[in-house]
Amino acid sequence: MTDRLLDIDNVEVEYPARGFRGTPFKALKGVTLDILPGETVGLVGESGSGKTTLGRAVLGLAPVTGGAIRYKGRDISHLSRAERRTLSSDIQVVFQDPYTSLNPALTIEAILTEPLTVRKVSRADASRRVRELLDQVHLPADAGDRLPREFSGGQRQRIAIARALALDPQLIVCDEPVSALDLSTQARVLALFKEIQERTGVAYLFVSHDLAVVRHLSHRVAVMYRGEIVEWGDGDQVTARPEHPYTQRLLLAAPVPDPVAQEQRRAERRRLLENQREQDAQAGAIA
Amino acid sequence: MLRFVLRRVASGVVLVAVLSTVTFFLLYFSSGNIARRILGQQATEATVQQKQHELGLDRPLPAQFGDWLSHALRGDLGDSWFTGQKVVEAITSRLSVTLTLVIGATLITAVVGVVLGIIAATRGGAVDRGVQVLSVLGFAIPGFLVALGLVSLFAINTHVFKPTGYVAFGDSPTEWLSSITLPVVALAIASIAGVAAQIRGSVIDALRQDYVRTLRSRGLSETRVVYKHVLRNAAGPALSVLAVQFVGLLGGAVIVEQIFAIPGLGQVILGATSQGDVPLVMGLVIATAVIVVVLNLAVDLLQGWLNPKVRVGS
Amino acid sequence: MTTTLSSDSVPTVATLERAAHASLFRRLLRNPTGIGSLGFLVVVVLAGAFAPLLAPHDPNKASANDILAKPGGTYLLGADGSGHDILSRLLFAIRPTIEGAALAVAVAAAIGITAGLVSGYYGKWFAGAASWVASLLMALPGIVVLLAARAVIGPSLFGTMFVFGILLSPAFYRVVHAAVAAVRQELYVDAARVAGLSDARIISRHILTVVRAPAIILAAGVAGIAIAIQAGLDFLGLGDVSRPSWGGMLTDAFTNIYTAPLQLWWPSLAIGLTCMALALLANSLRDELERSEKPKRRRRRRPAAPAAPAPAGSAAVQHEPVVPGDQPAAEPGDELLQTRALAVGYDQPDGSVTMVVHDVSLTVRRGEVHGLIGESGSGKTQTAFAIMRLLPAGGRIVAGNINVEGDDLATLSEKAMTRLRGAKIAYIPQEPMSNLDPAFTIGSQLTEPMRIVLGLSKAQAKQRALELLERVGIPDPQRTYDAYPHQVSGGMAQRVLIAGAVSCKPDLLIADEPTTALDVTVQAEVLDLLRDLQAEFGMGLLLVTHNFGVVADLCDRVSVMSAGRIVETGPVRSLFADPRHPYTKSLFAAILEDAEPRGPLVTTEAGR
Repeated sequence: MTDRLLDIDNVEVEYPARGFRGTPFKALKGVTLDILPGETVGLVGESGSGKTTLGRAVLGLAPVTGGAIRYKGRDISHLSRAERRTLSSDIQVVFQDPYTSLNPALTIEAILTEPLTVRKVSRADASRRVRELLDQVHLPADAGDRLPREFSGGQRQRIAIARALALDPQLIVCDEPVSALDLSTQARVLALFKEIQERTGVAYLFVSHDLAVVRHLSHRVAVMYRGEIVEWGDGDQVTARPEHPYTQRLLLAAPVPDPVAQEQRRAERRRLLENQREQDAQAGAIA
Repeated sequence: MLRFVLRRVASGVVLVAVLSTVTFFLLYFSSGNIARRILGQQATEATVQQKQHELGLDRPLPAQFGDWLSHALRGDLGDSWFTGQKVVEAITSRLSVTLTLVIGATLITAVVGVVLGIIAATRGGAVDRGVQVLSVLGFAIPGFLVALGLVSLFAINTHVFKPTGYVAFGDSPTEWLSSITLPVVALAIASIAGVAAQIRGSVIDALRQDYVRTLRSRGLSETRVVYKHVLRNAAGPALSVLAVQFVGLLGGAVIVEQIFAIPGLGQVILGATSQGDVPLVMGLVIATAVIVVVLNLAVDLLQGWLNPKVRVGS
Repeated sequence: MTTTLSSDSVPTVATLERAAHASLFRRLLRNPTGIGSLGFLVVVVLAGAFAPLLAPHDPNKASANDILAKPGGTYLLGADGSGHDILSRLLFAIRPTIEGAALAVAVAAAIGITAGLVSGYYGKWFAGAASWVASLLMALPGIVVLLAARAVIGPSLFGTMFVFGILLSPAFYRVVHAAVAAVRQELYVDAARVAGLSDARIISRHILTVVRAPAIILAAGVAGIAIAIQAGLDFLGLGDVSRPSWGGMLTDAFTNIYTAPLQLWWPSLAIGLTCMALALLANSLRDELERSEKPKRRRRRRPAAPAAPAPAGSAAVQHEPVVPGDQPAAEPGDELLQTRALAVGYDQPDGSVTMVVHDVSLTVRRGEVHGLIGESGSGKTQTAFAIMRLLPAGGRIVAGNINVEGDDLATLSEKAMTRLRGAKIAYIPQEPMSNLDPAFTIGSQLTEPMRIVLGLSKAQAKQRALELLERVGIPDPQRTYDAYPHQVSGGMAQRVLIAGAVSCKPDLLIADEPTTALDVTVQAEVLDLLRDLQAEFGMGLLLVTHNFGVVADLCDRVSVMSAGRIVETGPVRSLFADPRHPYTKSLFAAILEDAEPRGPLVTTEAGR
């Protein structure tokens, strides 16, 4: 069996209560998942599902209060800041909002060399690397001197991707990277993600609320609901023929861009909800 | 809401406690030889020692503080070292005068400042520009300069108002009004500018909110939206500003009272602090702290009530 | 007299970030007020530094013969009550004034900025404690504290200014803390942490630059206040009486106000002009800060480079009405809304007009759902606002008509328009939470318009509101009626907004991306609700969206917008079956619904 790149083992994340008598909030309630080298694992859920929290926990931005996260066998759940810094060349991130994930006061060159400064790379090497990165994400070489505000949302996401690639990571956590983009731009940026994976063999933990986006890119897919994983398996199966009732509802709730097919889906959804309601009622009656 | 109230009250009590303790110890360290200062250079060593003993100055410091505290909690703030008058009496006899000035100035500020701010925010144009200019000037120019200007203009050159002195309301209402008009106006002018600018800012912010458009889309007129909804939302920040102004005015009153020769707390404060009259200074510090605490508490409670998130909780 | 600061007006994070890059100082030089006040201050400082050279007399030399001499002769501004030359005293008073102010500002800044940085960045208990101390300090009346402090320290100017600096530090603390805390939350700081930067590096690289500008502005303002307070204390005779001071000169002039009223002017001008210059300087700096770049209103999605905009003049691609078999179930009624060549623009400060909608003509019939689809920047939302005549500040209808059953909304009076809103045309906004007034209960926000528009009594309105809440699927109508907006979820808030929109029985509903901010499962329910309501009340619905699935689900007709123009329009079935315009085709091509799944991972020996 191939060695797993990332092993998420029954992870819990609990935030302490606010003030005196509040109850602590459990964002993740025992999540188990793994990622193989070069694989894309899609993580789907609605708001409050905990998908973003899981991504942040892997990055060390959320506190792990139970279970463990292992990277190449090494437990990374409770690293100190200094130890975390050594991981930065292995695990990187692309965030959702292209407008606040780049410091508007810095040039593109400064933004892209930021991760490199930690590694004490020489200026000449840094400049060369910046040009390489811009090339990898299909941006012009002169972009380095410009400011983020001169670029569109899609282009800024490319810059964010370039920044993530700067240190040649093995795993990139992508937190809804295309959700804030227009339709046509989405397609192009997703194609870029795919191309980079095929070329460099990097793995992705791809978080999204959109089943269609996740289906397009992921080898395996996990569906989250209220802090737990409700379905986890092969990408095609989970996104087209789900077995868990929540995933089924999720799938049928997304409207398809074909009026005839959508009318059918609407009817299917109504039937599904009816069935699920009956089943719940029966289960309630028996219990 | 109850928890909110209790927390604020507790906070206020702590403030007064901390202030009095810190002040007491600081004053002690600076008193120098108080007894000698009271009795004058001529007094003999023996009389000085006796005075010191009389005032309890030869006892250890914590004991002196404990003494003062136990009396204070019973409402007895001691006697002035220099005049022998009971501190409580010295303060209360003058307090009403100062409060008249400050409350009067705050009321004028509130009414004029709020109205100007709203007009500036909703109508724009000349009023808006005027308010912006005034706010810079009023903010910059110290109030006592305005007071001096007013005195020379109205009282000395034109004899419209009484230039100095104070007449109690009981003695003659018209004279009373004449004697407090200039000082109150002087105090108010500077704070009106600041309040108008702040109100203008918060009304403009409120007008930019999404729900304003949605309310308009339901058929509510602009007037109704501004005067019922926007004002309600801008009331919180407005209250904060007014509270801050009140505190500033307390300080400003000290100087203004000097200029207009008004027998308020200002004179007492000046005298007590320059002489180092510890019981009197302590009393004044307590009085000021209590006024500020009560005011902030009232404002906080009002704000809490105005804000549904506090009033009802989530 | 106030020693208060409007430190509540912290500029937004976005403004600070923009300004951090640009050179504030250089831009200040272009601002007339800024350069004027800066120039004045420089002159004052220089005059103070060179006072020994400039002053015609020794400031302490009192000439008994020249008491209260009039201006002119050797005493340019006259002589004061003791025979000193006023001009010389004015000049020599500058230095201690400036030094005192500088000390106060330095102390306040040092304490406030450091505390603000630490509490803003690290938060937790430090922030709580620091805030408490700051409130404590701000609650005290400055003068009283300074007087009490003077009793302790004695008449030392520096001692007093030092204490004053401590009293003023909360102003710096508040501003810095707010700026730092806001920036701390930005995603690029998270990205820096993931990149492995140390805290010190993050602070120096991302945070200090943002703090610079507001701190400088505050420093200018605080300096003005320090000078004013100093003058006040000197006026009361509590300063150092052995040296000349502006406040002291005021006292002197005041005692002689009957005999030499003119003398009051000189120190007053000195104090007033200096304070004003500092305040104006702070103001111009703030103005330049806010004007850093021409701020466009940040919408959720920025316009991508417009894809294939329609060449000017070309008509939209029209789809013919379809064959009977495909007709929607209900016969569409007569025309409810008809826009003709609608154009919308925004007035710019330099007088030009930026057009956001160029030439939009569309029709919505009674009982019909018309989708208006486009990417960001296409002008679809602006069109919706224009129809309701609720464009944001600066926007206006530049050309065209909007016909609704006889009235041209483009030229209607505001009063008449207000009568139409709610009763004939209603609006469903995009973001549920920000579109409810947080200060009023949900119930009151529902009943208020009904009482005004429909003339219902309080009880009738409440009854109807409860019925509506139930109709839109809210489980416990009474509870929601009594609740405040912050107590309900996003999905519920959107249902409330829908209830409010239909409450006065409008003929035309304009829905601006009503489901974009909602989860997918909630979205499906809300779409069902809209469909039911629309059918039940027979309303026309103009649905603005960027999602083709939503259009396929709900709409009878659709118009595709790009760069302010409609490029293609027609019945949903025929347009979806056969999109003709290149832009429409490119949009359809980008849809992922039919994309192939990735398939299981293939691990090769060569792969990493």
